[in-house]
Amino acid sequence: MDFLTATRWSPYAVGAGIGVLSWLAFLLLDKPIGCSTAFARTSGMIEKLFRGSVVDKKEYYVKFPAEIDWEWMLVLGVFIGAFLSALASGQLAVEWTPSRWVAAFGPTPLVRWVVALVGGFLMGFGARWAGGCTSGHGISGALQMAVSSWLAAICFFIGGVAAAMLIFRVFAG
Amino acid sequence: MLKRLHDRRPAQLGLALLVGIAFGFLLQKGGVTQYDVIIGQLLLEDHTVVRIMLSAVVVGTLGVHLLRSLGLAELHPKPGSFGSSVVGGLIFGVGFAVLGYCPGTVAGAVGQGSMDALLGGVVGILLGAGVFAALFPRLSRGILAVGDFGDVTLPRLFKLNEWVVVLPVSVLIVLLLWWMHGVGM
Repeated sequence: MDFLTATRWSPYAVGAGIGVLSWLAFLLLDKPIGCSTAFARTSGMIEKLFRGSVVDKKEYYVKFPAEIDWEWMLVLGVFIGAFLSALASGQLAVEWTPSRWVAAFGPTPLVRWVVALVGGFLMGFGARWAGGCTSGHGISGALQMAVSSWLAAICFFIGGVAAAMLIFRVFAG
Repeated sequence: MLKRLHDRRPAQLGLALLVGIAFGFLLQKGGVTQYDVIIGQLLLEDHTVVRIMLSAVVVGTLGVHLLRSLGLAELHPKPGSFGSSVVGGLIFGVGFAVLGYCPGTVAGAVGQGSMDALLGGVVGILLGAGVFAALFPRLSRGILAVGDFGDVTLPRLFKLNEWVVVLPVSVLIVLLLWWMHGVGM
């Protein structure tokens, strides 16, 4: 059982495993694996706590009801699965700032928190704008040979590489 | 098609949780729940993310299309447009680099204890998705409809049998991975 306590698996093995999970998702759930819609639904559920059922009438939440669905359970599962994997390998630890960030921008958690918040905002906004994320478009859509997904996934990397180069090669100097 | 299973909501929620647990386990073991690995990919230094994604696409596409040929699964390609896929994709990409996680791996990062993923990433994604939902009525009649091409797939676009696309694309991806390995990328 040494493989369960290993810190890293081959990326090809991990990718193949995710490919097999996509078979199961299509066969058993009749759904492609995705993650970002769950965040949009959660956002609607939180808004409902403050504003009540008028939120359900918003055009977006008529299309994607603000309630717990299979994808929400899948994202909850991702949290649990990563927790179990990190627990097994001894990597489970509270970390405020990732090491690569610290090397470039210093150890202050507040700075990293604000930047992560801005990045998260852009990502949540962009994922819903594009109709999917790295898993929904990048893996599930691409494996269905969907034109929307190949186009979106290529743009994820164009935007991502450009912004990362700017952040780490220009701003971090 | 396992139609009766698909219609049973409690079973669907339970199965989705199990698939998610396996997915999260794999993402963490692959290293992609770590900020350093995602940023390494976007700086084109460490191609772990691309290796995982392309391997998943090859294995996934062969199996899912086989299930479809056997009548056991249906495809659900997402609709798209240039205004949605390109502009949204670029905004997402910038967020990807600034945050250093994606919507799936951010949940996994929280699971392994990354506080920037929880307090910054998750909160930010919820806010971004909420603001998008508020702007959706205007955007959907404007930029999201520009250059609409629907839920077309590459085989349908070129009017080809799906295997005529799936097999060569799979071979090309394997060759690309093999080449990347060979040149030490």
